[in-house]
Amino acid sequence: MQRIGVFVCWCGSNIAGTVDVEAVSEALKKEPGVVFSTNYQYMCSQAGQDIIKNAIAEHKLSGIVVCSCSPRMHETTFRKTAAAAGLNPYMVEIANIREQCSWVHKDKLTGTEKAIILGRTAIAKVNLNAPLTPGESPVTKRALVIGGGIAGIQTALDIADAGFEVDIVEKQPTIGGKMAQLDKTFPTLDCAACILTPKMVDVAQHEKIRIFSYSEVESVSGFVGNFTVNIKKKARYVKEDVCTGCGLCTEKCPQKNVPNEFNLGMDNRRAIYIPFAQAVPKVATIDPRYCTMLKTGKCGVCSKVCTAGAIDYKAKDEYIEEKYGAIVVATGYNPISMEKFDEFAYSQSKDVITSLEFERLTNAAGPTAGVLLRPSDHKHPKTIVFVQCVGSRCSGAEKGKEYCSKICCMYTAKHAMLTRDKYPDTDVYVFYIDVRTPGKAFDEFYRRAVEEYGVHYIKGMVGKVSPQGDKLMVQASDLLANKQLHIEADLVVLAAAIEPDASARPLATMLTASMDTNDFFTEAHPKLRPVESPTAGVFLSGTCQGPKDIPETVSQAGAAAAKVIGLLAKDKLTGNPCVAHSNELMCNGCSSCERVCPYGAITYEDKEFRMPDRTTRMRRVAKVNEAVCQGCGACTVACPSGAMDLKGFASAQIMAEVDAICK
Amino acid sequence: MTKNERMKEQILRTSGVNPLKCMRCGKCSGTCPSYDEMEYHPHQFVYMVETGDIEPLLASKSLYKCLSCFACVDRCPRSVEPAKLVEALRLMVIRQQGANHFKADDIPALVDEEIPQQLLVSALRKYSK
Repeated sequence: MQRIGVFVCWCGSNIAGTVDVEAVSEALKKEPGVVFSTNYQYMCSQAGQDIIKNAIAEHKLSGIVVCSCSPRMHETTFRKTAAAAGLNPYMVEIANIREQCSWVHKDKLTGTEKAIILGRTAIAKVNLNAPLTPGESPVTKRALVIGGGIAGIQTALDIADAGFEVDIVEKQPTIGGKMAQLDKTFPTLDCAACILTPKMVDVAQHEKIRIFSYSEVESVSGFVGNFTVNIKKKARYVKEDVCTGCGLCTEKCPQKNVPNEFNLGMDNRRAIYIPFAQAVPKVATIDPRYCTMLKTGKCGVCSKVCTAGAIDYKAKDEYIEEKYGAIVVATGYNPISMEKFDEFAYSQSKDVITSLEFERLTNAAGPTAGVLLRPSDHKHPKTIVFVQCVGSRCSGAEKGKEYCSKICCMYTAKHAMLTRDKYPDTDVYVFYIDVRTPGKAFDEFYRRAVEEYGVHYIKGMVGKVSPQGDKLMVQASDLLANKQLHIEADLVVLAAAIEPDASARPLATMLTASMDTNDFFTEAHPKLRPVESPTAGVFLSGTCQGPKDIPETVSQAGAAAAKVIGLLAKDKLTGNPCVAHSNELMCNGCSSCERVCPYGAITYEDKEFRMPDRTTRMRRVAKVNEAVCQGCGACTVACPSGAMDLKGFASAQIMAEVDAICK
Repeated sequence: MTKNERMKEQILRTSGVNPLKCMRCGKCSGTCPSYDEMEYHPHQFVYMVETGDIEPLLASKSLYKCLSCFACVDRCPRSVEPAKLVEALRLMVIRQQGANHFKADDIPALVDEEIPQQLLVSALRKYSK
């Protein structure tokens, strides 16, 4: 039997105004297990806490109930008080008689009656409480950033600047991501490369940062503070530490017809290549799909011209195992495929392009050296039609996405404005459904495109694009004029919706991090914990969490870094002791709990049990990793045999509370 | 319930279309091959049904300019299916009691060598109520 002390707080007149505190403490004296009951004006004050401490010592209390405000407010306070008096802090229960009683009732009789019931309920629970001790686990003071775009770069730099080691895993041969492919950035129009490449160099030179380029995460195990990650370094057939990046091999390689993915296939590269001039690391990579030497064993030109002797045709994939305390996901996005949108003739005409392709066409380092020329005949386009929301905001259509891709309005305004600025003889039309430009200096930017640069913004949508000769016939509606327009265009630019990178879903499975139906990573709380995954120790940076532009990505990257630094700064992690545990004798190994666990905290093991007839039997039983379990209780509901229970919130305790209320 | 509201409900029921799904992008009208023949355009059909402005649609020749090519159904990003609305409106016209869109007296003026008699008979059955 417990020896319980009850402490009823007045909270000045907050509680005492509508609850007869004296009557409450008197009534609760009679409850089973209660050996002491009192009331005081402010239980949370030093004097109030002293009353609790003294009572614990004097009456040898094994559990206490504080009838006061919400546990959100002062549960921690009273747990500390109990601990200071030598009582296990998990032997403290709070009966909320302020927010859930005195503040909602006007009649003192009703208020008092309810306060007594709430107190009785807490006493019933304490009677079944057991002392709990939180577990501790060490923290590996190193972070892993998956993805080397602007999100990953910024997160890595911020963590490394705080003094912690960071590894970046990037699947491409260079870091930089999508931002490296852009021309200018809205709304200030600074050149993307000019602001990104210095950061890439900072990453390369930072003594705390290691870059695993041309690498992928193979497997992840462990939990917050203690992840073990297996990284696959794909064979690039060039020794990274020997190659000087001189680029001679990329000029001499006889295999010239490889579509250049950095320019989205609008020009060709060689089989051995460096993606772009400012690549980091600036090291050549051999594409095994096209290299004649690797395919047939005959060629070897790159090896002959390489003065550094960096070529290694026999290279194999390498696997590295490393430990991390925190993992940041920064896997980014891609434009969706335009193949299914037949009405825009993307597959039929080279002159129907996506906005990302337009970026390359206007980029000084792009296939046309920054001169805007049509892909088909390299002529200067005189009439350009931009179509917004292609594949965004689609519902029920299997070829599109239901969400707004957020960045298209601004980059389309940028494209239209820059085109009019550089080529004033060009007619530029933008078809829009809504122009969405919330953001600092964003709407002003769009208005400038209309008012100063004379871009024709038309409210309506393009219904059909049909190639006729060297022209593109654009049929569209102008909703405000209530007319159908027929425009003879030279170039059509589609603002394609963006979607998470295909690598995101398998990665989420490895991390047991949750995703939404669009494969964007879910945040722990949509407002208050936007950069954390519900899975402890996993953080989110950039567009893997949802569409966002560069300023937002950089802010989120910094926020994710701050959360990682907060975690890595700790030497030990104190767990929450209110976690699930399985009664092995009752567990039948059915896996129901494992399937519902959102954190991947449950595993199974085969264990030997002694049977009543003195034989032994192997049985499969559930095992909870207490460092990973968040105490959500989903498993306790799913368990068909009642083996799963939550410490501190056991089914028996909750039933006792219900019984006490209904008594 | 007004007459227009009653008609709106019937149109929605027979067509299965929910005009509230429309985000007013105008792609249906952008894609329509009969646009210039129409007094009311595909996006207006959707909006007028939504606001219960049915009678002008029933009286308009636009109803018969729709080729039922279903380009608007195929390309609508919100799966609104405007052509199905047009079809439901046509059915409503046909089903109007005593409207007599087609009278026996009209037939002699229409008869020529090319028109099969069967067509006239079926037209009379369909449109004369």
